[in-house]
Parts: sequence; structure tokens; C-alpha cells
Amino acid sequence: MREAPALALRLADVSKEFGGLRALDRVSLAVAPGERRAIIGPNGAGKTTLFSLISGETRPTVGRIALFDRDVTRLSPHRRAALGLARTYQITNLFPRLTALENCLLAVQALTPVKLHLHRALTRYPALFERARGVLDAVGLGDKEGDAARNLSHGEQRQLEIALALAGMPRLLLLDEPTAGLSPAESHSMTALLKKLDPAITLLVIEHDMDVAFELTDRITVLHYGRVVADGFAHEVRANPLVQEIYLGAP
Amino acid sequence: MTRRALAPGTPRIAIAIVFGLLAVSPPFVSSFLQALLTQAVIYAILAMSLDVVLGYIGLASLGHAAYLGLGAYSVGILATRHGAGFWVTLTVGVLLATAVAAVFGLVALRATGVYFLMITLALGMVVWGLAHRWVSLTQGDNGISGVPRPDLGLPWSFAHAIPFYYLVFTAFLVAFGVLRGIVRSPFGATLVGIRESESRMRTLGYHVWLHKYIGFIIAGGVGGFAGVLWAYDNGFVSPADLELSTSVEILLMVALGGRGTLLGPALGAGLIVFLKNLVSVYTQRWLLILGAVYIGTIVYAPEGIVGALRQWTKGERAWAGR
Repeated sequence: MREAPALALRLADVSKEFGGLRALDRVSLAVAPGERRAIIGPNGAGKTTLFSLISGETRPTVGRIALFDRDVTRLSPHRRAALGLARTYQITNLFPRLTALENCLLAVQALTPVKLHLHRALTRYPALFERARGVLDAVGLGDKEGDAARNLSHGEQRQLEIALALAGMPRLLLLDEPTAGLSPAESHSMTALLKKLDPAITLLVIEHDMDVAFELTDRITVLHYGRVVADGFAHEVRANPLVQEIYLGAP
Repeated sequence: MTRRALAPGTPRIAIAIVFGLLAVSPPFVSSFLQALLTQAVIYAILAMSLDVVLGYIGLASLGHAAYLGLGAYSVGILATRHGAGFWVTLTVGVLLATAVAAVFGLVALRATGVYFLMITLALGMVVWGLAHRWVSLTQGDNGISGVPRPDLGLPWSFAHAIPFYYLVFTAFLVAFGVLRGIVRSPFGATLVGIRESESRMRTLGYHVWLHKYIGFIIAGGVGGFAGVLWAYDNGFVSPADLELSTSVEILLMVALGGRGTLLGPALGAGLIVFLKNLVSVYTQRWLLILGAVYIGTIVYAPEGIVGALRQWTKGERAWAGR
């Protein structure tokens, strides 16, 4: 039995510079296990950069990142995934020419030793197929398993994004604008889907839609020009004059 | 819909017919055709091995002739100077090509796209340069002649064209079986995933570099296997075998036949070998024709012949579902 970590995620004074541009400026963040946290902020606030730093796709210029009490600042993305981290992308990032089922198969076997087996056909691993189909069913794509990802509707592709992230049974899930580009009805069913997630999963959501953010999460962190300008429960953040100024303009 | 209805059995039947013809026809055709068929089948192995890198991982290599050369020179040197038998030269040739691929992979896989192309080109030229300049070992430009046909210790001789063809054909079936097994395995699926989205594979938890590296080494080893057969077929090994134009030809075989389909590149190899030999009868401007074929492929069938046929018959491809 693994001892429960004190924090699922911790960022300590993390900055990221691209050339002369400081995309993130001394960001500190502590997310408890099982917490549901929204990251909001205007375009260019550094939200997606923050996710890339957490997932390891880019390295911070300074600062430290810890996952489940373990320093991962220098760890590669696949190592972080093995610790129980998964993410989705704002701009859909699937395997476009593979079917929905094949997409999920790749996600399901990612954290198993099977991925390096080359002596036996993939089709001879029924357990993988079962899990892949289970994940597809969970996001409501059960009847689309044979369709190539690129032929799915935008809404279905967003669902498949979630499926890929869930396939590895993550402990910390980063969702980058899960409802981006969805119709109100699709957005509603996506929100319902995300609300049904195992409460043990720690959730970090970038969301532009305030209603979705408030519905999914209990705490909110506001980023503005790469800095954390507010952090707290939904009603506190809503009442924060600085946040009102950022979102509604100066009075 | 009618096309779709026609589809499922047709490719298998076509493949069975081609394999059947390859197995049965050689004794009944001219010796010129026998020689061409042998060459085509050897190149088919080479093209299939490059397909692992180009078609499955999605990286274009312009140095694949190096592995052909390493296999071929292993035979040339060991068979003529040390009287080594088939199994020894085969083992050394494949292991040497595998080992060199393991070293080259360390260098080349730091890059992708056109940079990978240029690095593999440079590495291929290194091997060519060695063959050209290390005269004490390779006899330089003169090449190594007098490579005898192999003796497998079997009750029949491979000195004649027909038995040798069947040896090569058996080797092809083995290579095809091994590579097909690999691309259909869970590991093979990861190569396709890397081709489709490397960043996604990374965040899913794959050590992407390791998978590419293993694939690259497998391709090199099988390339060396083809080189061993090539030396025995030709009876002669020279730096000309591993020139850049050979690498380009292999690349074209894969592109023409259809990347990521294994049998497509094999088909492409056959077509190029035959085209090259038939065209050479009429003109010396073979490279011009090769260029035209390449442009035609890119413009009219970017997925190659097999890719175009597949799209025509059943739309999407799949290695799992269906």
C-alpha cells in the first residue's frame, strides 16, 4: 500500500522564459490529492505553458516541480506519466489516422510492459482490448470504435482526448480546455462526464467558461501575465476586485 | 458500397497469386528473368526493412544502403579471404549491420524530419568512404570479386540460379514473417503511434526515443541480411553498391509501393528493379526516369500503390479493429 502523498502537485517559484518573454513568473501552486482546481485567466496568461511544465514537455527556466511529493523538475514526460500524470490538449492531439479503438489501445498499453513486446500480435492481448473498449464506453464513444479519429466530429474528438488521458488510470489529470469549441449541449454533456470522474483523481482544469469552471471545481487559481494574481474558493475569487478588473476591465 | 463489398478477400487473393507465381515460375522463365527475380526479391527484403523506419516510425533515411554494404562486405571479406561459410557470414553480416545501426541510431535519432535525412545521408557516406578508402580491407574501388555461391551444408548446391533463387525466396519469406510479426505486435503499434503523434505518445508514458531506436536497429539488421544475400548473388562487392543513389532507390521503392505496408515496399522493389533493367536497355538516363517515377508517385499516389489500392477498396486502414 502506497502512503498517501501530502500534495498531488507542488510548484515552487516556477518561471519560464521564451527568449525575452517571461511566460510564467514565479508561480507557486499546491494542489492536494483529490482536489479539483480550475486555472483561469485571459489569453496569453501562461495557462497552457503551465501545463507543459507540469507534464514535462518543457522545462522551467527556474523553480521546482513536485508530483506526489517527488521532485520531477528534471524528469521526462514519460516518467511523469508513469507516476500517474495524464493530460489532454487544448488543440486536439490524437492519432488521426488510427481508429478510436486503436487510439485507446495505445493509451492503455502505455504504462504496461506489453508495449515492448514484439513477438506476438497485438490482437492476442484481449485484456488490452477489453480495457480500451471500457475507456471508450466510459466517455460515450463505445459505438465509434471503428472510426478513424480524424473522421470523428469535433465533440467526439474531445471525448476521445479524455479517453486517452483516462486510459492510464491517472492520479492527477490535467485538462486543457475540455469544452473548447463545443456547442452548449456538447459542453453540458462533457461537464457531466467530467463530474462523474472518480473523486480520487486530482483534477486541474484550464477553462474559459466560468460556469463550467465553477461547476467542476471548488478552488480557482487566476493567472494574469504569467503570475498568480488570485487563489481561493470560487466565491472569494469572484469577489476579488483585481480579478473583476482583469475580466471586466478597469472601473 | 460495391467497391467495399468487393474488397475484403481481393487483396489476400492477389497476394496469394503473386507469392504463388514467385514460388512456381522461376524454372520456366529465361535466365535473364531469373536473375532479375533474384535481385528483386533481395531488394524487396531491403525495402521492407527501410519501411520500418520510413513507413512505421515516419522518418526518411537516406543512408540505408550502408546496411546493405555492411552485410555485403562481411560476405566479401570473410568468404574470399577466410573461406567462411554461409552461416558464419550471415551471422557476422547481420550482427555487424545491427551494431552499426545501434551506433548510427544514437547520432541520427537526435533529429527528425529533414535533419534526420541529412544525418543518415552523412552516416551512409561514412560507410561508403570506408569501403572506398580502406583499401587493405575492402580493396577500394576495385571491389572484392570471386565471392562463391554459398554452401549451406545441405545435400544440394546453390551454385546454380534456380536453387539460389529459392534460397533467396526463403530468406524473403523469413524476413517478411519476422517484420510482419513485429509491425503487428504491441511494439509495432507504438511505432505507428509515434508517426501519428510523437508528443501524445510522450505524455501517454512512452519513452519515444527508445522505441524509435529499437525500430531503427531492427531495420539495420534486416538491411544487413539483404546485403549478405546481395553479395552472394552478385559474386562481387564494390563501393558502388552503397552509393547514395542506392539509398535513394530504396527510399523510392518504399514510397512507390506504399509506406507502412511492408508488402507495398516489396512490390515497389520489384517494380524498380525491373524498370531499371528494362529501361537501361534503351537509355543510360536511368536516374532521369527514376526521378520522374518519384515525382509521379508523390503527385498521384502519395501513399504509394498499396496505399492507393487500399483507399480505393476499403477506405481506412487498421492494424487492430475490423
